[in-house]
Amino acid sequence: MTTYLLRRIAISIVVVVGVSIFIFALLHVIFPSPAIVVLGVKANRVAIAAWDKANGFDRPWFAQYLHYMNGLVHGNLGYSYKVNQSVTALFGERWARSLYLSGISLLIAVVIAIPLGIFQAVRRNTIGDYTLTAAAFTVYAMPVFFLGLILIQVFALTFPIFGFEASQSTSLWAVMTDWHDMTLPIATLVFITVASFSRYMRSTAMDTLAQDYIKAARAKGLPERLVLWRHLLRNACLPMITLIGLSIPVLLAGNLITETLFNYQGLGLLFFSSLNTEDYNVLLAYTLLGAVLTVVGNLVADMSLTIADPRIRLA
Amino acid sequence: MAHVQSLPPLDIQRAPEGGEVGQVQSGWRLAVREFSRNKLAVAGLAILVFFVLFCFAGPLVYHSDVLNSNLQAVNLPPGSPGHPLGTDGQGFDELGLLMTGGQAALEVGFFAAFIAIVIGTLFGAISGLAGGVLDGTMMRVVDIFLSIPFLFVVLIVAVRYGSTVLSLSLIIGAFTWLVPARLVRGEVLTLRVRDFVSAAKVAGAGRWRLINRHLIPNALGTIIVNVTFQVADAILAVSYVGFLGYGLHYPHQDWGDMLSNGTTYMLDGYWWLIYPVGACIVLVVMACNLIGDALRDSLDVRLRRR
Repeated sequence: MTTYLLRRIAISIVVVVGVSIFIFALLHVIFPSPAIVVLGVKANRVAIAAWDKANGFDRPWFAQYLHYMNGLVHGNLGYSYKVNQSVTALFGERWARSLYLSGISLLIAVVIAIPLGIFQAVRRNTIGDYTLTAAAFTVYAMPVFFLGLILIQVFALTFPIFGFEASQSTSLWAVMTDWHDMTLPIATLVFITVASFSRYMRSTAMDTLAQDYIKAARAKGLPERLVLWRHLLRNACLPMITLIGLSIPVLLAGNLITETLFNYQGLGLLFFSSLNTEDYNVLLAYTLLGAVLTVVGNLVADMSLTIADPRIRLA
Repeated sequence: MAHVQSLPPLDIQRAPEGGEVGQVQSGWRLAVREFSRNKLAVAGLAILVFFVLFCFAGPLVYHSDVLNSNLQAVNLPPGSPGHPLGTDGQGFDELGLLMTGGQAALEVGFFAAFIAIVIGTLFGAISGLAGGVLDGTMMRVVDIFLSIPFLFVVLIVAVRYGSTVLSLSLIIGAFTWLVPARLVRGEVLTLRVRDFVSAAKVAGAGRWRLINRHLIPNALGTIIVNVTFQVADAILAVSYVGFLGYGLHYPHQDWGDMLSNGTTYMLDGYWWLIYPVGACIVLVVMACNLIGDALRDSLDVRLRRR
């Protein structure tokens, strides 16, 4: 078990290093130096070259990469020349809000998707199952922003129940208690996530229901409610662990589209505004963060599944 | 000498009739039959064919001007003379915009899926057949690229280099070849221990011949299923990029860009700028998903009904 764990961590470190090299090289090709941003568009070549030399941008890209990684390990994510703040400070303002939005949506989605999937499996091929499958299929095929637009139109414009813009408050507590503004962004994310989670849940629950131990439990005379609760629930939840692990990168890196649509001041909106202003240091740090979180998420998903499922024997 | 009894007359009984011999059913024919039994899949195929005709043959039948703005006919509601679906903020006919916008979405979808499949299949087949260190390295490369949030890189490249159908297809294809690579590698690992591969090796087949003549044709089922999902994902990716403002701009159209423009008129109640476009995207993606699901079911021998 420990050798497996160590091997997986070693592979993950290799992958993270590889990702960071690729992303840094990509951004270096696209945007070699912020000299023009700092000096202005009319700066002549001599000034640019001098600035580059003074700030270390004329070194070979691998040396710049090592310097950047050194800074990264010490917590320095780079400096944004467009807004004149360190990237760490920019992230620090917003990560809690992104975490709240994605976290609460994931939590609600899991709480809804598990019973929904089990219901669909137990009542398979009935009207309820067909309707829910059709609804999940339609939402699955929808782009996130289109679902958000429909929700805004119905629940914020036609019947003004909720607000169409997310809470703009800087206080996390105010955001968390503002149900009027936050319901629609959370609902959009919840619907999209439930659509994909419940498909997995349904097929896993159907596979589990066909197992012999369910038959044995029923044959022993166990009431159906206990069969579902004690046997089906625990075993059908295992893929959900993997899905949650794979959703970790979204938790912190922010839901780009939803935050842009509802103007929610999180990490996703930061990425979008940095795109518009071509603030490449922020883009680099953000993409790296997303990549590292993806690797961590995969690792967590694998590890939790190995711990939770005793049937998985490790080489 | 005993009288040799003559043998009874030879009564050759005819073999019982075997009945009609049907045409030999190849695996593909059975899969097609299974597919056509699934009504949803046939509906999905019909929707996809309809949209291809709508987007590419539509403009030949329905003439509208989506290049010259007409400020006297701005934001007309559906049903206005000459504009069945209304006009947008620059006076372009909405139905014509849907047709030409769909061309970009479908072109990028199919082209990106094609690139992804070609690269992914070759990569996966070579990796699966080679095994050992080469296989390990190639799969680490796949892991590295899989960890990169692909939407971000697409957006960054689109910001820097602008978007055209070709650049969007290339960049989307460059990040979506990873999943087919993994799938094909899995299939090849299963296939390479089969007897027909051993027979081919004994007959002297080189690595390329094995890949082209034996491994890939037998992995084609998985590949085809994956193509449909790639098309669906590519069309969704194009709509996301377009919605964020980095898709194709005038004089080209794409559905995501249309949705993005339409959102500014939401509070005015100009619903015809938003919902028809969104419905088109949803229908095309849903059609591809339906076809993909049905193909997966029909190519899986265990699920086949006799």
